[in-house]
Amino acid sequence: MIVLLSAAILLKAVGVLAAIGVLAAIVLFFISKKFHVEEDPRIDQIVELLPGANCGGCGYAGCKNLAETMIQRGTMEGCTCPSNTKEKNQQIAAILGTEAADSTPMVAIVRCQGNCENAPAKVNYDGTTSCFLANSIFSGENFCPNGCLGCGDCTKACNFGAITIDPATQLPFVDETQCVGCGACAKTCPRGVIEIRPKGLKDRRVYVACNNKEKGAVAMKNCKASCIGCGKCTKVCKFEAITVENNLAHIDPAKCKMCRLCVKECPKGAIVAVNFPAPKPVEAPVEKPVEKTAETISATVK
Amino acid sequence: MKTFPMGGVHPNDNKLAKNEAFEVFPLPKQATIFMGQHLGAPATPAVQKGDKVKVGQLIGKAEAFMCANIHSPFSGTVNKVDMVADITGYKKTAVVIDVEGDEWMEGIDTSSELKTEITLSKQEIINRMKECGIVGLGGACFPTHIKYMLKPEQKVDYLLINAAECEPYITTDYRLLMEKADECIIGIQALQKASDAAHVCIGIESNKPDAVALLKEKTKNIPGIEVYMLKTKYPQGAEKQLIKSITGREVPSGKLPIDAGCIVNNLTTAHAVYEAVQKNKPLVEIYTTVSGKNLEHRHNFQIRIGTPLQDIYETVGIPENTGKIISGGPMMGKAMTNPNAFIVKGMSSILFMDESESKRGKALNCIRCGKCVQACPMGLEPYKLQAFSEAARYDDCEKYGIMNCLECGCCQFTCPAYRPLLDWLRIAKTKTGAIIRARKK
Repeated sequence: MIVLLSAAILLKAVGVLAAIGVLAAIVLFFISKKFHVEEDPRIDQIVELLPGANCGGCGYAGCKNLAETMIQRGTMEGCTCPSNTKEKNQQIAAILGTEAADSTPMVAIVRCQGNCENAPAKVNYDGTTSCFLANSIFSGENFCPNGCLGCGDCTKACNFGAITIDPATQLPFVDETQCVGCGACAKTCPRGVIEIRPKGLKDRRVYVACNNKEKGAVAMKNCKASCIGCGKCTKVCKFEAITVENNLAHIDPAKCKMCRLCVKECPKGAIVAVNFPAPKPVEAPVEKPVEKTAETISATVK
Repeated sequence: MKTFPMGGVHPNDNKLAKNEAFEVFPLPKQATIFMGQHLGAPATPAVQKGDKVKVGQLIGKAEAFMCANIHSPFSGTVNKVDMVADITGYKKTAVVIDVEGDEWMEGIDTSSELKTEITLSKQEIINRMKECGIVGLGGACFPTHIKYMLKPEQKVDYLLINAAECEPYITTDYRLLMEKADECIIGIQALQKASDAAHVCIGIESNKPDAVALLKEKTKNIPGIEVYMLKTKYPQGAEKQLIKSITGREVPSGKLPIDAGCIVNNLTTAHAVYEAVQKNKPLVEIYTTVSGKNLEHRHNFQIRIGTPLQDIYETVGIPENTGKIISGGPMMGKAMTNPNAFIVKGMSSILFMDESESKRGKALNCIRCGKCVQACPMGLEPYKLQAFSEAARYDDCEKYGIMNCLECGCCQFTCPAYRPLLDWLRIAKTKTGAIIRARKK
């Protein structure tokens, strides 16, 4: 008796649920027909081809917003993803039916060498580790008003985990394999220490690793590796790639042929060349940094 | 005894230099006078290299609305007009003067004779304050004349004179009251004339009973001036808290005291106004307390602006285990990045904190004890605002009233977990303020 009753209740319940389901499906079917929004299928296709990190490096609110803008404008001029690869950009251009915008791979560089050795701290900052706050309070532990503060706002701004504060130097270190050159770090830095530069042929770059805008004599007091605007590099450069403005040299990446004459000429070692093969007669400088990092690692382990 | 109803903390008042009479600090050999010593745009240098200047001569001209004139505190030759590092270490425009003597400009009364009768009219007093570069000497250095430039519909009911001196260590207001009370009262009367205020209220904290008694005695026969004893509680001397304590009025959020019918001036400012109005003396001299627990002799100096701090260190001697030198009070003052800076108008004290006092405790997790909420004199929730600030949720910060924050530091002072609440509140206030301004444009 009980079994029969419960079976009847069960059947009833299943029947009611099924009826509601069918009814809802019919209503939904008609509503979806009635209020259907025609969305350009290309938007989804383009979003597929974008990195999807929503880093905002393009200047738009995320990847989908960028894709919509591209479709609206029908071109990639002025609205490209700075971190996309060339192949994917070409595929996007094919979808849009235009030419691919010229995208040179970019990378963030840190224009400061004010580590503990070059620019020893004269005061001790024990406030919150925020560059924004530190910049509003004082000129820096080493008194350089243009150099890196080392509080790591750039590391927090990076969506790709490409920037870390090097414990040995207390300066940001950019992992080139991770950096996509979106420029989020450069926008966050209150002092404009980080510059977004073309990655360069074979990832080789020559740049001035300093952001000093003070007179040479003042800068020399604060930091051993500061650019003093002496202009020696401009004279030695055969391609007119270097200009000095506000006591600071700048190398135009478009004109630089990477001869590295300026690197040798700079009396302060402020010009840096990266990813070049080591010079044949091996000298001491290659070994030194290795020792130092080993030391600091053991120190942190302790 | 009056006080504000909400929040506040009780730091040890440490008025160590209370009994030290004012000493006139000797003139230095070379002085550096910054062009930006006040809130707002810096003044434009009005002298060039090689110019001869006299004491009281205009060397920095106020060209913007929010600006104050700067006068030469010394007579001598202009060495250069250059960028010089101030206490933050950033370089600011300054006039460097080789001091040759103490020759004053004509028309300035340098005698110590008391001039009781105020002959200038209301507008003349305001103009004189502007010409003489008077700024609020309580610490914020707000150009004083701007407070008195009222719109026709604005009316001043109360003129409040802030002699609370709620910051620990500082004793200049107290010393001024004890030594130059008559001058201060005439300055207050000049301010009353400039504002047409019906009531003048002087607020003094209860840890200075002798000053209250003295002032009550002196103002006995002057109608309209009342002296109030306030509870010793930080931040009793903050503008909004003082208004609430004495008048019971509340300044609406985002508005100025004038919107509550009040003008607040510091006692030291009133004294500077006396000198400007009665003696035609520009603001070239300030009063500053040099104090610290480890200092052998504490001082209250009457010192010219532009004097190198180095000279003070040589006179008093830096105590051995000094960890921090602070310009201003220990609660709201600034730790000096560059201790070899120069005296500016707002430097009401120079404090030597020893190493143990100057180190922060290690920040631990928030235990939601609510002490910061209790301590906040503006009724905010600092622990919550700090979390929002850290997460960059500035819209929520705005909703929870970050723009009302005084940056008084009560929350951080009281936090048992040593959390850097004020740091994050400052970040949030600056960033939220920028967002609000951008929205208005």
